[in-house]
Amino acid sequence: MIDILALIGAMLVAATPLIYAATGEVLTERAGILNLGIEGTMYAGAFSGFLVAAKTGSPWLGLAAALVLGVVAGALMGLLVVTLGVNQHVAGIGTTLLLIGASEFTNRLLYGGGALVQIDKFGLLFPDVPVLGQYVLTYVALIVVVPFVWWLLRATGFGLRVRAVGENPEAADAAGISVARTRYAALMGGGALMAAGGAFLTLAVVGTFTLNISNGRGWVCIALVIFARWRVWPAVLGALLFAGVDALQLQLVITPAFSGIPRELMLALPYLVVIAALAASGRGLVYPGAYLKPYRRA
Amino acid sequence: MRLALRGTAPRWLTPVLLLITVVVTFAITAGPIRAAGAAPGAAYERYVLTPLSSPASFYEVLLAATPLLFTGLAVAIAFRSGYYNIGAEGQFLAGAMGATAVALAWPDLPRGIALPVAFVAGAAGGALWALIPALLRVKLDIDEVVTTLLLNPVALLLLQGMLNGPWRNPVNQFPESQAFSGSYVLPSVIPGARVHLGFVIALALAVLAWLVISRTATGLRMRAVGLAAPAARFSGVSVQRTLLGSALASGAIAGLGGMSQVCGLQGQLTGEISSNFGYTGIVVATLGGLTALGVVLVAVLLADITVGAESAARVLQLPPQMGQVLTAVLLLVTVSLLVFRRYRLVLRPSRPPASTRQPSTPTAEHAGVSP
Repeated sequence: MIDILALIGAMLVAATPLIYAATGEVLTERAGILNLGIEGTMYAGAFSGFLVAAKTGSPWLGLAAALVLGVVAGALMGLLVVTLGVNQHVAGIGTTLLLIGASEFTNRLLYGGGALVQIDKFGLLFPDVPVLGQYVLTYVALIVVVPFVWWLLRATGFGLRVRAVGENPEAADAAGISVARTRYAALMGGGALMAAGGAFLTLAVVGTFTLNISNGRGWVCIALVIFARWRVWPAVLGALLFAGVDALQLQLVITPAFSGIPRELMLALPYLVVIAALAASGRGLVYPGAYLKPYRRA
Repeated sequence: MRLALRGTAPRWLTPVLLLITVVVTFAITAGPIRAAGAAPGAAYERYVLTPLSSPASFYEVLLAATPLLFTGLAVAIAFRSGYYNIGAEGQFLAGAMGATAVALAWPDLPRGIALPVAFVAGAAGGALWALIPALLRVKLDIDEVVTTLLLNPVALLLLQGMLNGPWRNPVNQFPESQAFSGSYVLPSVIPGARVHLGFVIALALAVLAWLVISRTATGLRMRAVGLAAPAARFSGVSVQRTLLGSALASGAIAGLGGMSQVCGLQGQLTGEISSNFGYTGIVVATLGGLTALGVVLVAVLLADITVGAESAARVLQLPPQMGQVLTAVLLLVTVSLLVFRRYRLVLRPSRPPASTRQPSTPTAEHAGVSP
C-alpha cells in the first residue's frame, strides 16, 4: 500500500529546492532575463554550502556562504547579459558550465574526489509528526520566502520596477527607473534563492556533497516558471506537482505490484509530466515583454 | 562609461580582441592553477601545445574533436535559424541508441550495408528525439529551450534503462551492450591511430553545412528566420517549416555524433557514451560564430584542451576538471569581448547634465519637440 502521509512528507522535501530556485527564476525572468545559470548556481550553492559547513561545523554558516555565492553568480550573469548584452542562452549555459566545473575542481582539490565528508546537517522540526516533520528551510520557504517574493513583486515599488523593466524597459527608463540596477538586483536576489535551493540538498537532505547533486533540477525550474506563467504561487504548485510525482515513483518502486516497471521509466516520469503539463497549458503564453532582450538606450 | 553602437568595426579589431581574450582567460585561470600547486605557464603548455607536439597525440586530438564537431554543427544549424536547441545531449544519446538497436538486431549484415544502416538509424534516432520539442514549438509555440533541456535527462534514463534491461551484456551481466560485430565498427583512417571514419564524416558534414547555409535558398531562409522571423514571414518564407527543418536536421546531426561514438571509438554502448558532448556543442557553436569553419576550428581547440587536461592531470597533478573551467572561462570571456565588435566604450557619462532633465525648466530639448 502507498503511505499517503509519507508520500506528502517526501513530496515537501523534494519540492523545497525547486521552490527556492523557481522563485528565484521568477524574479529574474520578471525582470526580462532568462537565467540558464540556474543549474550551475544550484550546484555551486550546494557545494559552497557543504564546504563552509564542513569547515566550520555550522550548517547556518554554510547557508550564508551559499547565499553569498548566489549573489555573486547573479552579478556575473548581470555583467554578461545586462552590462555587456551577451546572448542570454549562451551566457547562462556558460555560467552553468563554469560554476559546475569550478565546484568539481575545488572538490577534487580539497577532497581528492574520494572520501565522503559528512557534515552536521539541519535537523527536522517536529521530527515525530508525520508530514509536519520537515526541515526549517522548508518552513522558511513556504511561510517566509514565497509570500515575501510574491508581496515584493506585487505590492512594492521594487516589484513594480522589476516588472516594468521586464515588460517595457524603454518606458521604465523614460520614467526614471535604472534598468540596469533593477535587473542586477533581480539577478542577485534570484541567484541567492537558487543557491539556497541547491544548499538545501547538501545541508539538509544529503549531508554531504556528491557529484551531479543538482541533477537537472535547475532545468526543471526553468520549465516550472513557464508552466506557472511567471507567477510565484503557481510555480510552488508546479514544484509540488513535480516533487509529488517524484515521491510517488520512489514509493512505487518499492511497491510489489509495480516492481515489473523499469526504475528508469519511473525516474523519467516527473520530466515527462512537466513537458506534458507545458504542452497542455502552453497555448497563448504571454512572455514578459522584454524577455531575452538586452536593453540599451537608442 | 557606456557602450555605444559603432558603425563598422575596424579590420584589426577582431584579431586584437581574440588576443585579449586569450590573455584575460589565462589571467583568470592562473589563480586556480596556482592554488592546485602547478605553475600556470607549464599548465598552459600542457593544455595547448603538448597535444599538438607529436603526431600520435595530434591524432588523439582529432579523435576527441569528432563528437564535438557533430554536436557543434548540430547546435550551430539550429541557432542559425533562431531555434535554440539545447537538447543536442539527448539527441546524441538517442542517435547512439538508434545505431545500437540495428547493430544488435542484425549483427550479420556485411559492412557495406551495416554502416549505412547504422548511419541512418543514428540520424533517425537524433531526429526523433528532436521531433517532440520541434512540434511543440511550431504547433503550440512552446519554448524549445525548456523542452529540449528536459528531454536530456530522459534520454539518459532511457539509455540506462535499456542497458539495465534488454541490452544488458549477456556475457558478463554488466550494464553495457554486447560488443558490436566487426561490420559495424567505423574503420580507422590513419594507420596506427584511433581516428576513425566518423571524423571524416563530420568534416564532410561541415562542408555540406557551409554549402547549404551560405549557398542555397534553404540556407537563406534559415538565416532570414534566425535574424528576423517576422520579416521572413512577410516576405513569404514559411517560418514554421524552416524551424521544423532546422530542428530535425540539428537532431539528426547530433544523432550521427552518437552513432559515430558508439561505432567508432567504443564498438559498444555504455552509460558513459557522452561526456557532456551536447552541452559542449553549444560552446563550440557559439565560439565558432555559428559558422561551419568556426565550429571545426573550435572543436579542435577544445579537443586540444581536453587531451591536454588529461596530460596535465597525469604530469602536473592538476585536477582534470580544470579543462572544463578553462573552456567555460574561454567561452564567457570570448562572448563578452566580441560585444566590442558592435559596440565601443564611451568614457563620458551617459546622461545629459542634470539641468537639462528638469521637467520644471523649459529647455531646448522640450522646445524642440513642442509645436
